[in-house]
Amino acid sequence: MAPTPNEAQNLTIIEAINLALHAEMARDPSVLVLGEDIGKNGGVFRATVGLLDRFGEDRVVDTPLAETLVAAMAIGLSTQGFKPVAEIQFSGFLYPCVDQVVNHATRLRNRTRGRLSCPLVIRAPNWGGIHAPEHHSESLETTFAHMPGLRVVCPSNPARAYGLLLAAIRDPDPVIFLEPTRCYRLFKQPVEDHGEALPLDTCFVEREGTDLTLVSWGAMMHDTRLAADRLAEEGIGAEVIDVATLKPLDMDTILASVAKTGRCVIVQESPRAGGWASEIAANLAEHGLLSLFAPVMRVSGYDTVMPLARSERVYIPDVDRILKEVRKVFEIAPKS
Amino acid sequence: MNPELSATRKVASFDVFYTQILDPEGHLVGTPPAFAQDADELRAMYRLMVITRAFDKKAVALQRTGSLGTYAACLGQEAIGVAMGFALRAEDVLIPAYREYAAQFKRGVPPENILLYWGGDERGMRYPAGTPAAHDFPLSVPIGTHIPHAIGVAYAFKLKKEKRVALVSFGDGATSKGDFYEAVSSAKVWNLPIVFLVSNNQWAISMPRARQTGAQTIAQKAFAGGMPGEQVDGNDVLATRLVLERALERARQGGGPSLIEAITYRLHDHTTADDARRYRSEAEVQAAWARCPIKRYKAWLEASGHWSAADEERLQAEATAAAEAAARNYLNTPPEPPGAIFDHVYASLPKALEWQRAEVIARGPVGGEH
Repeated sequence: MAPTPNEAQNLTIIEAINLALHAEMARDPSVLVLGEDIGKNGGVFRATVGLLDRFGEDRVVDTPLAETLVAAMAIGLSTQGFKPVAEIQFSGFLYPCVDQVVNHATRLRNRTRGRLSCPLVIRAPNWGGIHAPEHHSESLETTFAHMPGLRVVCPSNPARAYGLLLAAIRDPDPVIFLEPTRCYRLFKQPVEDHGEALPLDTCFVEREGTDLTLVSWGAMMHDTRLAADRLAEEGIGAEVIDVATLKPLDMDTILASVAKTGRCVIVQESPRAGGWASEIAANLAEHGLLSLFAPVMRVSGYDTVMPLARSERVYIPDVDRILKEVRKVFEIAPKS
Repeated sequence: MNPELSATRKVASFDVFYTQILDPEGHLVGTPPAFAQDADELRAMYRLMVITRAFDKKAVALQRTGSLGTYAACLGQEAIGVAMGFALRAEDVLIPAYREYAAQFKRGVPPENILLYWGGDERGMRYPAGTPAAHDFPLSVPIGTHIPHAIGVAYAFKLKKEKRVALVSFGDGATSKGDFYEAVSSAKVWNLPIVFLVSNNQWAISMPRARQTGAQTIAQKAFAGGMPGEQVDGNDVLATRLVLERALERARQGGGPSLIEAITYRLHDHTTADDARRYRSEAEVQAAWARCPIKRYKAWLEASGHWSAADEERLQAEATAAAEAAARNYLNTPPEPPGAIFDHVYASLPKALEWQRAEVIARGPVGGEH
């Protein structure tokens, strides 16, 4: 099952995550994975396929059906020299972990003034769009991004899923790693199993442009890229930024882009009020106002409960909604 | 369930046992354990109980005079902390709640650290390197959420094939929480070296034990997790240490987890911010004083010829001096510089926080510390 190293393969995001777990478990014997149905079953999305056969049940730990326990066990393990990578099956089931993450994982280092720490990763599929049952389509990134002491990382393509997961596992502090469920198998990309981590705490400018900055993360990056394609057809050059690490937030990259373009639209799937787009927009207002030709616009989910499958597309932003906000920006500040 | 139905048969049954060696008057009602052969050890246990009580009294006094924040006293529960301290091995990991000061002292936490903590200084949880406490968890205020950490800690011991045990302690109120159940339910799945120690002090702030659960005992909650559970007189330091050592040894030898319900009584208010007169009678508290762990242990030590009035006088003076010294050390510790609030949020300060730290440092001290 273990893929051959050092050979670029065309992989989906879920395959890249699996590859990163294989690579890091092989490289570092202190890494172990735990969660519900992650052993024999290989995880409900198959992110952990092959790990049990290769690394054994000591390091590939099928846990009882108790999410608080999974987070708490990861905390305990992380204090004893292990690097636990916990899987929660869907981000909606991260809610029982919030107490453990916030009251313990994020602050054990601070509480003990560096005596103990929690280098752990909790992975979960996040966001909607796969017609899943109730509670399986939540947007949890802001819930955690608000919390000091934590890193919140949201990969948006296979190469970044691989490199950021390696970085998350190697990071000395707790990381919430939220994966784009609906993009798990949406597209492939060459991923080389070189074992090199990508940097955390930094945004990725994945397309350069001079007319507009589009900022997004996770699953919404896909629609954001498509929107940029459409704009390109119209002769509008959109710079596309994948925030990737939401917390701590790399505003420098976003501010540098907006200084160049003077226009910014931020795309998030989570509810609008108090979302991470609001945090980015507030930073732009404080530090980038004089570069802006038009108000910063947000494209977001609505302040509703995440709808069930039949109505999820009503809620989730799409290319049309992104373009609508972009049009507003260019109405106020036409391209000269 | 109708046992007369031929289709129905008994598939399991459980018994809860209670251990007591010293009765409240200090009379032997059971065989003294092997460690009781060592008179120095017996005196050391007594010394720690008295030192802890003097510390507790001083801490409350500091709070009452405005020199300490809210403090959770351990008055009446000293025997459990002492038993923990003496039963644990250095290499074990203690995951405490917040009334186990005696155990923490025994493991190397300086008393001023406890005062620093309740005085509002995180450095109180930085236990000194080179002591057993250095690898212990800090005390934990959220009720019961630390219990499942023992699963991860003990799993690590098992994986590394280390003969170490995780001792996690908490109160009767914590056994109402899901965190407790998730830990107890799963510990035996991996046969982990854990001892769950419940200090049943009868009160969770204003809620009596009877209103926490309809279960006859808390010990029996262990059976649902497939592990042994028993009760012990938590005001009897000999019995509590004996039962704890047995459980720790079982876990150390691969026998898996177990749960001990130590029956005690919280003689003080829940914390200095609480007034227990609102919800329990003076008569009940007075009756509980008759079961005081120090009184009975002292009576037995004296009757056994291990303790004299002169010993007592010396120890009382020593305990008072130690508490005063701890208070002085605490009060003489200047607060951390303001920028310190950033120093351990992450292993290294993320760039995004640099300006915040710079702002705090530029502003300088703002006052408000004790």
